[in-house]
Amino acid sequence: MKLGNAKLEEKVVFFFLFLSTLMIVVPVVLVIAVIISRGSSVLNWEFLTAMPRSGMRAGGIFPAIVGTFYLVAGTLIFALPIGIFSAIYLSEYSKRNLLTRIIELAIVNLAGVPSVVYGLFGLGLFVVFLKFGASILAGSLTLAVMVLPVIITASREALQSVPKTFREVSYSLGATKWQTIRHAVLPHALPGILTGAILSLSRAAGETAPILFTVAAFYLPRLPKSVFDQAMALPYHLYVLSTQVPNVRLELQYGTALVLVGLIVGANLIAVVIRSYFRAKKQW
Amino acid sequence: MVNTDQKIQIQNLTVTYAGVPALKNANFFVQENEILGIIGPANSGKTTFLRTLNRLNDLDPRYQYSGEVLIDQKDIYRKWNVFELRKKVGMVFALPSPLPISIFENLAYGPRRDGISNRKRLEEIVEQSLKAAFLWDEAKDRLQESAMKLSGGQQQRLCIARTLALEPEVILFDEPCSGLDPISTAKIEDAMRELKKKYTLILVTNNTKQAARVSDRVAFFLMGELVEIDQAQKIFTIPKDKRTEGYISGRYG
Amino acid sequence: MRKYYEFVVEGLIFISGIASIIFVLLIFIFLLKEGLMLFRQVGVFEFLFGEHWYPISEPPRLGILPLILGSLWVTFGATVISVPIGVACAIYIGEIAPGWLREILKAGVELLAAIPSIVLGFIGLVTLVPLVKKIFHLPTGLTALSGSIMLAFMAMPTIVSIMEDALNAVPRGYREGSVAMGATKWQTIRRIVLPSASSGIIAAVMLGIGRVIGETMAVMMITGNAAMIPKSFFQPVRTMTATIAAEMGETVQGSDHYFALFAIGIVLFAITFVVNLFADMSLHQKQARV
Repeated sequence: MKLGNAKLEEKVVFFFLFLSTLMIVVPVVLVIAVIISRGSSVLNWEFLTAMPRSGMRAGGIFPAIVGTFYLVAGTLIFALPIGIFSAIYLSEYSKRNLLTRIIELAIVNLAGVPSVVYGLFGLGLFVVFLKFGASILAGSLTLAVMVLPVIITASREALQSVPKTFREVSYSLGATKWQTIRHAVLPHALPGILTGAILSLSRAAGETAPILFTVAAFYLPRLPKSVFDQAMALPYHLYVLSTQVPNVRLELQYGTALVLVGLIVGANLIAVVIRSYFRAKKQW
Repeated sequence: MVNTDQKIQIQNLTVTYAGVPALKNANFFVQENEILGIIGPANSGKTTFLRTLNRLNDLDPRYQYSGEVLIDQKDIYRKWNVFELRKKVGMVFALPSPLPISIFENLAYGPRRDGISNRKRLEEIVEQSLKAAFLWDEAKDRLQESAMKLSGGQQQRLCIARTLALEPEVILFDEPCSGLDPISTAKIEDAMRELKKKYTLILVTNNTKQAARVSDRVAFFLMGELVEIDQAQKIFTIPKDKRTEGYISGRYG
Repeated sequence: MRKYYEFVVEGLIFISGIASIIFVLLIFIFLLKEGLMLFRQVGVFEFLFGEHWYPISEPPRLGILPLILGSLWVTFGATVISVPIGVACAIYIGEIAPGWLREILKAGVELLAAIPSIVLGFIGLVTLVPLVKKIFHLPTGLTALSGSIMLAFMAMPTIVSIMEDALNAVPRGYREGSVAMGATKWQTIRRIVLPSASSGIIAAVMLGIGRVIGETMAVMMITGNAAMIPKSFFQPVRTMTATIAAEMGETVQGSDHYFALFAIGIVLFAITFVVNLFADMSLHQKQARV
C-alpha cells in the first residue's frame, strides 16, 4: 500500500518535471518556427546582397552581414592565438598553485562580466584611450576580450583530453617541451579547439551591447573600407529596425532576425558535426 | 675503477615520489650489448628505475632522486643534455603507444624533431628502422596508413622501430609484451635477441619466464630494493637470496 | 637558435596565460578611470541612493536607486520563474528522460542558449509584450513582468546545463544503493541525488542570476525603461544595463552623465564579480569533496 503511494507520487512528480521541461523547449521551438515562417517571406537574393534604402525601410541588409563577418573575423584574429596559448599555459605549464587559481577566477569572471560592461570597457580603452575611434578594430578587440573565456575553456579541455602517453612518447624520443606540445598534443586537440572557436564566433556574431559604442553604425549604406571605419552589424541592425526606426515592416525585422539566427545556429550545427565526427574517429 | 664494458653504472641511487621511497640505494651496472632483465612484483621500483634512465621521471614534479647514474661514464643529470640523453636511450612502453598519425610519421617523429626534414633521408631512416624491428615486410606497402590500424604486436614493433630511428645505444623495454598474445610476444623477443648485437637492452617484465628466455643477466627488485643481480642461469637455478627464490618459485609453482 | 625560439614561444605562452588576469584588471581600471571622475561632483551616497535619475535636466540629478531597484526587481522576478522551471528541467533531462529524448531536449536548451539576446528581445517585443498587455488589461505591456519572463528564459539554459553537470557528477553507486534498498526513482533523486549535488545546484542558480543581472538588450527592449522606483510588476522599469546601453550614445564624452554611466558599470561589475566568485567557490567546494 505504502509502496503504491510512493509510485503514485513519483508519477505525479515526473509529470510536473516533464511539463516544466516542455515550458522551456516548446517556446524555443515556437520562437524558431515564427522567425523562419515570417522571416523567409522577405528572404531573397536582393535582401541579402542589396544596400538598405528609404531609411532602412526597404532594400537589403548587405552591409550589416558584411560588417558582422568583419567583426567576427577580427575577433577570432585577436582571440584565437591568445586563447589557445592561454589554454596551453593552463594545461601544459601551470602548476596547482595560487597563480593558477587566480587565472581560473579571472576566466570565470571574464565569462560573467555583463556584455554592456564590455561595451564600456571597449569605449574607454580602445575607442577613447587608444584613439581607435568607433571602428571595426575597436569592436573586434572588445568582442575578442569577451569571447576569450569561451576559447580558453574549450581549448584547455581539448588539450587535457589528449592522453598523457602522447606527451611521454614525444619526450622519450628526445623532443623538447614546445616540440611535444606543438607536434604531439596540439594536433590532437584541434577538433576541440575548433569547436570552441566556432562557439565563440557565434557568440561574437550575436552580441549587441559590446558593439553599441565601439563600432556599430546606425545607417551606413556602404561597405567599410578599413579597420578604422565604422560598420553596420546584424544584431545592432535588428535593434535599430525594431526600436529606433518607426514604421518598418515587421517582415523586414523577422528577415533580419532569421539571417542572424541562421548564421548562429548554422555555426553551432557545424560545431556539433565536427565534434561528433572526430569523437567517432577518435582512436584513443 | 673504470670498466669500459659497463654501459650504465648506478651508484647509490635512491628515488622518492612525494617523499615515499620507490627505489632504495641501488648499486649495479649494465653491461654493453647485454639484455638485463628486471623482475619483481608490482610496485617494486622496476618501472621507476627504467624511467630514471631516460629522465622521464623528471616530468613528475613529485619525483626526487639522490645518487648517480652514469651512461658512458657521464652523469645523466649533470653531464648529459636531457634531450640528447633521450635520443641515446630509447624507450618502449608497456602498452603499444603509436601516435594516431601515419606509420611513416610515427617513425619520422624523432628524426624530424631532431631537425631532419629531407624527405629522402627520412625515407631511408624509416626503412632501416622498420627492417631492424622486423616490421618492414608487413608495413612497407602501408606507410601512409594510420599506425592505429596495425595489430597490437605490430604496433609494439613499430614503437621499437621508432626508437631505433634515433640510432640509440640503449633501449628500455617497460613490460613490452604485457598486452600481447604469445605469437606477437615471440616476435618481440626474437627482435630483442637480434637487437642486442648492436644495442644495450634493459627489459622490465612481470613475466619471469620471459626474463629467463631472453635475459643475459637478471636483477630482482622487491619493495624498492635491489635484492639480487646475477647471470640469468644462476638467478633461476641457484638464487642466493631466499626472497628471490620465493618469488621465482611462487611464479613457477 | 632553436633554444631562442622556444624561449620566445614559452614567454608568449606565459603572457597569454596571465592574459585573463590582465584583462580583468584592465576592465576594472578603465571603469574606475572614467567612473571615479563622477565622484568629484557627486557624492557616492547621493549616487547610489539618490531617488532621481534625470541625467539631462539642469542641473542633472544622478541618483541610481531607481535603476538598482529596477535591476533587482526584474532579477528577482526572473529568478522566481526560472529557478523552479530550470531545476525541474535539469532533473528531468539529467535523471529521468530516456536517452533519445534527453538528446532532443538538451539540443532544445542549447538552442535557446545560442539565440542572441537581441533576437529574443525582438520576439518578446512583438509577441510577449502585447500578450501581457492584453491578459492583464494594462496601458502598456512594457513592464517589469515582461522583462522578468524574458530574462527567466535567458537564465534557464545556464541553470539547466550547469545543474545537469552537477547531477552527472553524482556517482552512480549512490543511486544504485538507494534503489537497491527499495526506494523509488523519485525518492532516490530527492533524498540522495539532489542533496549530493547541492553545491552544484547553488552554483547553477548563482550563474543564472549573474546572467540575468548583466543582460542588456532584451531588457532594454521590453521593460519600458521608465526610471522610477518600481512599485509593481505591472509598471515599466529601467535596469542599470539598459540605462548604459540606451544613454551612452547620447552623452557628451567627459560630462557628468558620461562618468555616471561608467560608475553604473562599476556597480554592475562589482555585483557580477561577487556572484561569479560565489558560484565558482561552491563549484570548487564540490570538487574538493567528491
